[in-house]
Parts: sequence; C-alpha cells; structure tokens
Amino acid sequence: MAKIGEAGRRGESVRSDCWVRFEPAPRGGLKLDVKTKVEAMYGDAVRAYCLKVLAGLGVKNAAVTIEDYGALEFVLAARIEAAVKRAGLGAGKFFLPEPGPGFKAVTARERFRRSRLYLPGNEPKFFLNAALHEPDGVILDLEDSVAPAEKDAARILVRNALRAVDFGRSERMVRINQGERGLEDVAAVVPQNVHLILIPKAEKGDQIKTVHAEAERTRKTAGLKQPCFLMPIIESARGCFAALDIATASRNVVALTIGLEDYTADIGAQRTLEGHESLWARQVVVNAARAAGVTPIDTVFSDVSDMEGLRKSVQEAKGLGFEGKGCIHPRQVPVVHEAFAPSPEEIEKAKRIVLAFESAEKQGLGVVALGSKMIDPPVVKRALRTVKMAEALGLLASGWRKES
Amino acid sequence: MALTKKIELKKNALGRLVPAAVNSRKQVPYKGIGEHDPEGRRAAPPIFSAKDYPENGDKRVGSLDEALEACGLSDGMTVSTHHHFRNGDLVGNELIDACARLKKKDLMWFPSASFPCHAPVIQHMEKGIVERIEGSMNGPLGDYCTDGKMRGLGVLRSHGGRWQAIQDGEVHIDIAVIAAPCADAFGNANGVNGPAACGSLNFALADSLYADRVIVVTDHLVPFPAIPWQIQGNNVDCVVEVEKIGDPAKIVSGTTEVTKSPDRLLLAELVARFIRDAGIMRDGFSFQAGAGGTALAFVVYLKEMMKKAGVKARFVRGGSTKVLVQMLDEGLCDYILDGQTFDLDGVASMRDNPRHVATSPFTSYNYHGKGFFGTFVDAVVLGATEVDVHFNANVVTHSDGRLLHGIGGWQNCLFSGCTILAVPAVRDRIPVIVDEVTTLTGPGELIDVIATERGIAINPRRKDLLDAVKGKGLPVRDIRDIQREVYQLCGGKPKPPKRGKDVVAVVKWVDGTILDSVWKVAR
Repeated sequence: MAKIGEAGRRGESVRSDCWVRFEPAPRGGLKLDVKTKVEAMYGDAVRAYCLKVLAGLGVKNAAVTIEDYGALEFVLAARIEAAVKRAGLGAGKFFLPEPGPGFKAVTARERFRRSRLYLPGNEPKFFLNAALHEPDGVILDLEDSVAPAEKDAARILVRNALRAVDFGRSERMVRINQGERGLEDVAAVVPQNVHLILIPKAEKGDQIKTVHAEAERTRKTAGLKQPCFLMPIIESARGCFAALDIATASRNVVALTIGLEDYTADIGAQRTLEGHESLWARQVVVNAARAAGVTPIDTVFSDVSDMEGLRKSVQEAKGLGFEGKGCIHPRQVPVVHEAFAPSPEEIEKAKRIVLAFESAEKQGLGVVALGSKMIDPPVVKRALRTVKMAEALGLLASGWRKES
Repeated sequence: MALTKKIELKKNALGRLVPAAVNSRKQVPYKGIGEHDPEGRRAAPPIFSAKDYPENGDKRVGSLDEALEACGLSDGMTVSTHHHFRNGDLVGNELIDACARLKKKDLMWFPSASFPCHAPVIQHMEKGIVERIEGSMNGPLGDYCTDGKMRGLGVLRSHGGRWQAIQDGEVHIDIAVIAAPCADAFGNANGVNGPAACGSLNFALADSLYADRVIVVTDHLVPFPAIPWQIQGNNVDCVVEVEKIGDPAKIVSGTTEVTKSPDRLLLAELVARFIRDAGIMRDGFSFQAGAGGTALAFVVYLKEMMKKAGVKARFVRGGSTKVLVQMLDEGLCDYILDGQTFDLDGVASMRDNPRHVATSPFTSYNYHGKGFFGTFVDAVVLGATEVDVHFNANVVTHSDGRLLHGIGGWQNCLFSGCTILAVPAVRDRIPVIVDEVTTLTGPGELIDVIATERGIAINPRRKDLLDAVKGKGLPVRDIRDIQREVYQLCGGKPKPPKRGKDVVAVVKWVDGTILDSVWKVAR
C-alpha cells in the first residue's frame, strides 16, 4: 500500500512557500497538478521545474498536487523532496538546486561576530532578504524554532537555502539539533559550505569533539578546504561548570555563547530584565572564552519592539566583556552594531594612547606615557583593539596617523 | 451586453491601446504630459432659488427613499457617494439598496472610491439596477469588473481626475449623497465630530458644488450651525437622519501602527536617507506621507534625521496619522495639509488644531485649475504594484491583470519635486521591476526614484538627483541591474503580461485623456 507524503504549508496566509501532496503509483507515469499564485509570470516555469525535481529524485509514477504561494525554486525543490521522502521513496537521493551567487562565500577565524541573526529553519520567507540587513552572521536554525514533526523538512530546506540563497557578507551559520539528530544535521548541511555550526546545550567537551569529528569527516568527503567553525551554546548549570572544557575541546571553536531561557529554567530562576540571576553564568562564559582565546558572545534580547532596552543590554554586555549579541529581528542588527562600536570619545582616547605607544617604541622606551600619566601594557592592548575596530567599521580613516 | 459590441481601439502617445469611446462618450487618447489643451467652460448646476427651500432652514426628510424621490431619482441617472469612511461605509450600500426599493435601473454609481464592504452592489448590477461603476474598484467589485461581468465600462480616475471630470462636465452627477459624521438641518456638514468622525469631507466637495441635487445623510444632527461647515448647506437639498452611517472601528484605526516588517523598515530607512542626502530635507521643505507600510514608516526615520539636523518642514501633506500629528505638536512642521485622516489622533488634531488643515482635491490635485499645490510638494513617497525599466508604473492591477487598487491621489502626486516609489524588489517570487507594466497608471517621465530594499534606481532624466547623492554611500544602482538580480532570484525572466481581447475598464490621466485599458481576464 502506497503511503501519501505531504510537506509544506497551505492556506491564505502562506507566503513564499508551497504545499505538496505526493501519492506514489505503481504505473501510469507522473500526474502533476499545480496551482500557483505566480501563474501569469512563471506558471510554465514552475511546472517544468517540479518535473525536473521529481526526475532528479527518481520518481516515475505518482500523482503530485502542488499549491504554490510564490515559493522560490529552492523551496519548491525542498518541499517536493520532503513529500517524496515522507512517502517512503527517494531514499539516498536528493535534488540540489543550482548554486547561487553567494555559494562560494568564505569566512575567517578572526572576524566580527557582533550580531548573529536567527532565521527559523522552516520559514523560507525570511531567508531571501536576511543578508540585506547586514548581520555579521545568519543562523539557519534547525533546533528550537522548528517543530519536532518538521525537523526532516527543515533540514532539506536549510540545505537548499545554503546552496541557492545569497547571504552576502554574513557568515553562514546553522544551529543543529541536540544529540544524534544534530550529527545527521551536520552530515546534511556541511557539504553546502556552512561556515559555522552552533552546538546547543553544550555540557561537556566530548560533545563538541563528536560534532567536530563529524563536521571534519563530512567536509573532507565534500572536498571543502575551509574548516567548519564551531560555537557552543552554554544553556545549563552543568554547561557553566564545563565551560572551559567546552571552549577548548576543538581547534575549530571560535566563539562561546550562552542561552539564557534554558539556563534560567535549568537553575530554577525567572529571567528578569536586570538579569541578576544570570550574571555569574555570563561572566563564566566570558572568562572561559577568554581563557580559551575565543570570542565571548551574549544571548539574544527578546523584546523586538524595545530598541532602547536592546541598546542598554548591548552596552551592559560590552561592559562584561562580550563582543557579540544574538538577534531575533533584523532591525536589532544596526542597534547592536552601533552599541558595540567604540564611541567617539573612546576612539579619541585610544588614538592618543596608540600614538604614544608607537612613539615610545620608536624611541626605544620601555615605558609608555601620556602627559604625566604612565600607560600600562593592557591599556595599550585595549587601545590597539579599539583603533583596529574603528578602522574596520569605517569610523576612523586608515590614514588617521598622518592627520593627528 | 456592451462588451459584445465591437469597441474601436486607438494607440495613445505611449503606445497603449485605448477605446475611442467609453460608455458612448468620445474620448481623447493620452497625448503626453501637458500636451492636452482643454476647451470650453466648466460645468455648473442649475440656478436655484431660496424661495423653494424652507425659510427656517429645516431641510429634513423622513428617509433616504423620500429624499431620493424628492430629488427626482430616475432610470439612467448618475448617483454618487464618497469613501471618507473607507471600508466602514454604510451609506454607499444604503443608497443602492434604496434605488432598488424605488425600482430604478441602469444607474451609474460614481463613488470617489469603492471598498470590499461594497460587495453587495454586485447583486444590484446583476439585476440591472446599477449599469456600471466609475471609480476605483478592488476586492470583489474589482473581480466582477475584471471578469467582464459589468455591463458598462469601468472608469478609474485619480482624486484630482475625479474633480476634473466633474468640473469639466465629463461626468454629470444627478444626485450626490454625502455621508456626514456631523450635520445640521440646513445641510452644513463636517467630518470632525460625531461617532463616525473621519476628518475631512472634501472628497464630496466637488459633488456638493456641481451635482444637480445633494442629500446629506447623518447620524449626528446638531442645531445650526454645524461648524466647521466643510460642506455648505447652501448646496444641499435634503437632510436625512439615520441611526448609523458607518462602522467607526473600520473608518479610522484607534492608533496607526507603524509596520513591523523588517524589509519594509529597511526600505523606509533607505528612503529617509535618500531624502536627507539628496538635499531635499532642508529648512522649510515639504513632503507627503501616507498611512500604509513604507509610506508611513519613512516618516519615523525622517523625523529623527530632521531633529538631529535641526530642520523644520513648512508643511507635511497627509494622509495624516498619529506620527504626523506628533511632528506638528513637536514643532517639526508648521502645517499638516490633510487629504484624509487615518486615525483618531489625526481626527482630533484636525478638529482642534488650526494648523491641521483639511484640503480638497481641488486645492491639492486638480490639473484643470490655475495650478495645484501637489506640484510644489518637495518629495512624495508612494507605492506601486509594478514598475518598468522606463520608470512607468502600475498601481491598479496585479501582474495577473486583475484590478487590485484604486488610483487615489497617486497620479496627482507624481507632479511633486521628487517622486519616490518605494517598492519591494520581490514579492513572493513576483519581480516588481518588469519590462512592461500590465496597466500603465503613471508615465515614467514623472517618476524620479524607484527605491527597493536591493538598491535605489534614479531616473536618468534626474541628473540633478544623481549628482546630489554621489558619494553619500547610498546604494544607487541602474534599474536594469536591480531587475537582472531579481530575475535571477525568481528563476528567470517572467512571461510578459497577456493582453485580453475585451476592454473592461479604462485608466484616465489627470487631464481626462485615456492612459491605458484594463482587459478582461479569464478565470
């Protein structure tokens, strides 16, 4: 008895997605019935593409019904593949859309990770324009924002999005699921040039090592040169106590972050705006990250309408030593960037210190002085970092030394 | 059936095929901007005498049916209503129902705009009571027209174009029915008081001046004088008091929410930056704002930029909302010149603040006058359903050819100092920049900037704007470059729009010539 597979979403409010019903048949060829909102412009193209996807999945006999609400090709392909697989066919086969212009984007171990924008992995309508908001990273999320019954479909959709969608200059990140399912996620998405994997509920170093091994194996099989970086998320008391172990478990860990919803639940506290209940945990993450030589990154700010609150929260995070913040709405990105950027006063002060340091170096002096004040080496180090950041953000012209 | 008749088509100056005659009236095909010289004298209603009206000023009659009979309603007449209650209007339907009760037929309904709430008029068209609608049609009425079911041809006009058609005598209104949130027994009326307060009644002003007969319908009768008298009782024949003229919840919103859509906000910020960096935002400047999406959201960003730069506007043209009222209250502009009011803050401000002025389509938009202030608004931000690579735009139909929106003041606004169309580059796989728009509603030579979330295209005719924003860090791109990118995203070049065989409606230009046709679409 043939099993019917359904995937995607239907209804008046659905946008940029589609719904697929796939009924295998023993014979009789393919019966394709497509209703599409873009009939006038792309009706023929949609039908031709669906046939191509079905052929690619090795389907020869079936009745396929599609309601299309303006899904892009990579979405159509993902939904058809999910429906076919839910019907128990196409095992071991997949249909990959043509790679888009951003497919070959590269990243670097050292780079800004001030903002990382979460995109629910099963919501294709948010993918297309995500990079236009210029977050330092986009996270295609397979974990908490995806319902358990949709995990399989989201994995296919995210895989296709990584090929087809141009994420611009944003780092291409994926948050995988916990445990075994997370390793399957890695195997499915890493070949599509994932720059960084977020590992949820990190509680011990071995967990990171396992993901590292699977990512390395997959990357090598796929012939990718660049390592896939890792960002563990500490979300429990146990995770806090293992933070250093986690941060140093793999050479590919580049940042350590914290998830406060789960953490506060774990310690039996309410999450408050002031955040006294999580201060220790956040400081643990900063210290473990610094000890391991990776970037400490703060949690998300969940009130998307409170931009002032966000600004304050970023300033506080910066004060604790964090260098990044999670974003759940694109409009949070510019606020986060602005709040992490050094202020004009900070830049002025840093410039003076750097100049004093450089002139002391030139004169072979061991001690840096500004006026009558001695400047300690860590202060110089911080000033150098501020100047470097200001230059990178365009707040300071690279030839500023000549003008000073 | 009118549609089975052979309609003679002519090519206009932009190459669009348009009917030589519409509803038995000879038409002039569009000739180009400023190429058409009107002739003759303006229309006028008959001369009336005070001796025929009650000396005590009490023009009340018992019901709308009685009023219509007193005004001599007969077959084939033109009756009008107005859209100042938007989707909360009850009077449009009540008028057509009354016409049905009085067993009249072949009427032309001439609303200043129709809304989905007017879907019941379809039954009256089926029965022959209404022969056609001249006015914007969307929702179920738009579908009825696009399906080719309306007997006569639809005529779509801008707000300014409606005034022009009435004053030029192209449309003669036999009976105008004006829904009034506040009125006195003499017929003076305003929109700022009463349970159905909506702001201004000025969409009905031309009707009150040029129609043969005028009926005011109100649910809030006050003793003479109803002040302000936006509609003057001296033009009114009868006053009808009813229980309810509109659904307040659908007339204005309690408070206008600025869009939360990240992509629209991104676009709105880009538009505000453009207005600032092109040097338009300077002391004493003016701009137009709307109530929907980007057309409102850009004001929020512009306002902050004005504050930071210490710049004040002389006036803001509304669509007014809380956002504009705050600007007025904070001294960021001297006046709001308001075309329509979208929320309760706007209504209260128009009522209480003499600097919040109700304007009519005559002062703001009418092309056949001795000028109109729409030409010296410095910047307007508008939407569109499609634009083409020559900057022509469509605002009335969807890419499938179905009627979707009215023109509103859109065409009239194109005459501003800098016309910006703020449009998403992609809407659910529909590319917004096409090779040829489905229905031409605005000629590209009047459209200066097309702003999308993927970049800003400046009309090559506006070298001054191109120069002004050079080196300002704005993502200025060639329109064909944005188009190429979007076609690539959407899976290639779309099929060109299919032109039907039968004309179901026409789009008028502001001077009364015909800009384009709307074609029947098969389901």
